[in-house]
Amino acid sequence: MQKTAGLIKKRALELLADGTVTKVLGWEEGDFIYDVTPAFFDKETIDSLVFSSFCGSNLSKYLIKACKEQTEGKILVFLKPCDTFSFNQLLTEHRIDREKVYVVGVECKGMLDIEKIKALGINGVTKVIDNGESLNIKTIYGEKTCERSEVLLEKCTTCKSKELVVFDEVLGEKAENENSQDRFAQVAALEAMTTEERYAFWQGELSKCIRCNACRNVCPACSCMKCVFDNIQSGVASKSNADTFEEKMFHIIRAFHVAGRCTDCGECSRVCPQGIPLHLLNRKFIKDINELYGDYQAGEEAGSRAPLVNFTFDDAEPSVIHERGNS
Amino acid sequence: MYYIEKAKLSELFSKIAENRSLYLPVKKNGQTNFAHWEEGTEYCDDLKTVKSAKDHFFPQTESLMHFKTEGKKIQINQDKIPDEKTVLFGVRGCDAKSFKILDSVFMSEPQDAFYTARRENSVVITTACSSPDEACFCGVFGVDPADPKADSDVVTWFAGDKLYWEAVSEKGEALTEEIKDVLSSSDEKEVEEEKARISEITKLLPLNNMSLSAFGGDKTDALFNAPQWDKLSEACLGCGSCTFVCPTCQCYDVRDYNGANGIQRYRCWDSCMFSDFTMMAHGTNRPTQKQRFRQRFMHKLVYFPANNNGEFSCVGCGRCVARCPISMNIAKVIKSFGGDK
Repeated sequence: MQKTAGLIKKRALELLADGTVTKVLGWEEGDFIYDVTPAFFDKETIDSLVFSSFCGSNLSKYLIKACKEQTEGKILVFLKPCDTFSFNQLLTEHRIDREKVYVVGVECKGMLDIEKIKALGINGVTKVIDNGESLNIKTIYGEKTCERSEVLLEKCTTCKSKELVVFDEVLGEKAENENSQDRFAQVAALEAMTTEERYAFWQGELSKCIRCNACRNVCPACSCMKCVFDNIQSGVASKSNADTFEEKMFHIIRAFHVAGRCTDCGECSRVCPQGIPLHLLNRKFIKDINELYGDYQAGEEAGSRAPLVNFTFDDAEPSVIHERGNS
Repeated sequence: MYYIEKAKLSELFSKIAENRSLYLPVKKNGQTNFAHWEEGTEYCDDLKTVKSAKDHFFPQTESLMHFKTEGKKIQINQDKIPDEKTVLFGVRGCDAKSFKILDSVFMSEPQDAFYTARRENSVVITTACSSPDEACFCGVFGVDPADPKADSDVVTWFAGDKLYWEAVSEKGEALTEEIKDVLSSSDEKEVEEEKARISEITKLLPLNNMSLSAFGGDKTDALFNAPQWDKLSEACLGCGSCTFVCPTCQCYDVRDYNGANGIQRYRCWDSCMFSDFTMMAHGTNRPTQKQRFRQRFMHKLVYFPANNNGEFSCVGCGRCVARCPISMNIAKVIKSFGGDK
């Protein structure tokens, strides 16, 4: 990991120096190793660019605004394999401009979750050294260790791909997708529940929602200029969940809106301050689309026509709702 | 000073709940938040609840009044002012201090009847922080996590296999009198040791020595146009995570819900980070995220002290450090203005 971090900084400096790019989108060092912040860098500020096992955040969405503002030259962006799917999807939706971006793909063996480290009872973390298999953790209460595989970000436990689907060049060593669990196992478990059990599950989770909108604002598929929930004239604008209907409505409508476009980047669940597994809503749609229309992965290919916006004579008939709805 | 065996905590809670409603940190679906105690509810001693304890006095959504119209007649029914007698157990020193800050907003004229009633009907029991974490910096704002008596009615400490109990206000004395049957008298030896242990830990907290010398009520001109805001706000998503987990954020919106049975006027938390915050007829007053971001921190570190005798409206709980999706927080703001020197 440290080797990759070194390569990233070196390459950023070179590409800035030779004029290939005019700015760099990466992660900025924080106070502790885990609190990196997405940031743009130039020659003067590039020193604080870092890369570590805590760079889980997906930088693609920042390119929407950055591409609009970029008048000359290119923006270098570092994308992990899963992030490249979001990048492609944004290209498909004409939200970013391929010519304005220089994509450096960064190989990834899964990013870490500080919350999971803390859940192991490891408190007061000031530094984490990633040895590849295990972690050495320095805390104000002494040194601790844990297995890397125990503390992967939720999205990384079911990694959809180690393939970089778009890049101008690649850094780092290709990782195996060895620890990845079945991506749809949790959805299948929810499907296997009775209606009452499933309702209770989502009620328990969604009732924690504080409507901070972090899931929506971080989501690369949520790129509306003005969200319907922020628009006072829409009649559904709301800043809080007044009742149990509203807390479900917001998330279910959002899941419907990104259906077929969600690449399953997992950012919604990563940022939720209340730990709601929001990705499972989106993943249910992905699983349904796969089953009804054939396998489709949003963002795998730029410009692909998603099943929900494409017509074929083999499309599922609306009656499928009735056939499946009673299960 | 009194104590009760940790193993008998539920007896203490039962006793308190005989005459009052008890609220304390409870883990539900993996997250710890304040919740109503009932027989069988398990207290969770996590260092921090996700949401702060402010919800207890200033809930996220609260109905204020109902209207019903019939032809040209309008009937207005004000919602009942809450009169539940409550006890909050397990409040950390930082959150207790936040109540003082909220008091100066809601209990100064014109007084907020809902907030004031809840506040006056409650007893605050703080619990010393046996294991502060790296994101804690309450010391910067004058909170003592080892002995959080400043803004509480009863202070408690978990030490050894006991919970120690000390009333520090009249309200606290009255509650102690009510529940004395379940408590035993104790000397202060073990508590003094625990306080000393916690004080040693606080010296190791990396953010606990930041300086606030760049901030204060007279710093508007110096800070408002500072170049740092561009970089600090650059990646801000404009969500309300920081605001909604913050114990001192107190902005709210008042809205009408037009339902089948009349109109409900309610208030709900609002966030200065939101694009439609204080939306007016001419458009929003802060059109860029930089302006919104700056507002949040200027309010806490400059405007609030300007209007409240120099009191900052941050308590160093570190929730924003832990919860911001992009890891931007007030500690980074303070540092970027020289606070780490």
